[in-house]
Amino acid sequence: MLSETASLVFWVIAFVTIISAIFVVSLRNIFHSALFLVLCLFSVAGVFVLLDAEFLAGVQVLIYVGGVAILMIFAVMLTSRMTNSEVRQQNEQKALGALVAFSFLLIVTGAILKTMSVKGGFGLSPSPSVTISTPHAIGRLLLTNFVLPFELVSVLLLVALIGAVVLAKKDGD
Amino acid sequence: MQVGLIHFLALSAVLFCIGMYGALTRRNAIGVLMSIELMFNAVNINFIAFAKFINPAAITGQVFAVFVITVAAAEATVGLAIVLLIYRNFREIFVDRVNLMKW
Repeated sequence: MLSETASLVFWVIAFVTIISAIFVVSLRNIFHSALFLVLCLFSVAGVFVLLDAEFLAGVQVLIYVGGVAILMIFAVMLTSRMTNSEVRQQNEQKALGALVAFSFLLIVTGAILKTMSVKGGFGLSPSPSVTISTPHAIGRLLLTNFVLPFELVSVLLLVALIGAVVLAKKDGD
Repeated sequence: MQVGLIHFLALSAVLFCIGMYGALTRRNAIGVLMSIELMFNAVNINFIAFAKFINPAAITGQVFAVFVITVAAAEATVGLAIVLLIYRNFREIFVDRVNLMKW
């Protein structure tokens, strides 16, 4: 359980997150969507802070806001011919998509509530107030227990780097 | 009302479903990629909430979130490169009009 103040902060952040996420998927102008994506990613970083994951909040701001969102905005600007015109931004499956997403939400909520109602459902820790230095602990885990996934992810990043260069360069260069 | 694990799970479920709706209905390929980023973020909230509320001493969930963020960055890079390539070749970024491999 979070403290009273943290709970209040949580409601504000959750509100901002969900409203900006709705704007991301529904706005006509894709550039405005990208700006709301930045807001949404920032508020998710706030959620990480509430969950005592300060290192991940920093990583979120650096990689998502500083990297991925800026990359999206670049791509939007490079393809701006498509965004300024008054063309439809959503396909004809709007109602079907909403139905699928809403039923998925119902299923997940049902699963969460059912697990909660079972005795000891999620196996909650009795004292969730242990504070540890997260960058130190994450670094230690990455180089001991998770060293194989860590190396695989570095290879994946290299592949993505080379792949992006190969895809984006002009033919004959 | 005090906030516990269930509230974070609910936030994450709502965020995931909004992202899913966007990925299903957007015509613009960049919009689809943005919706997918929303879904990645929902998954990360889940990982970190479980890491905090179930076993706060072992932060395995946070390590998983680091991996998810890395893979999401790689996915965004290659995805946007492909989108730009499609735009260069077809002058088109609406996914329902790029149907060269459909029969």
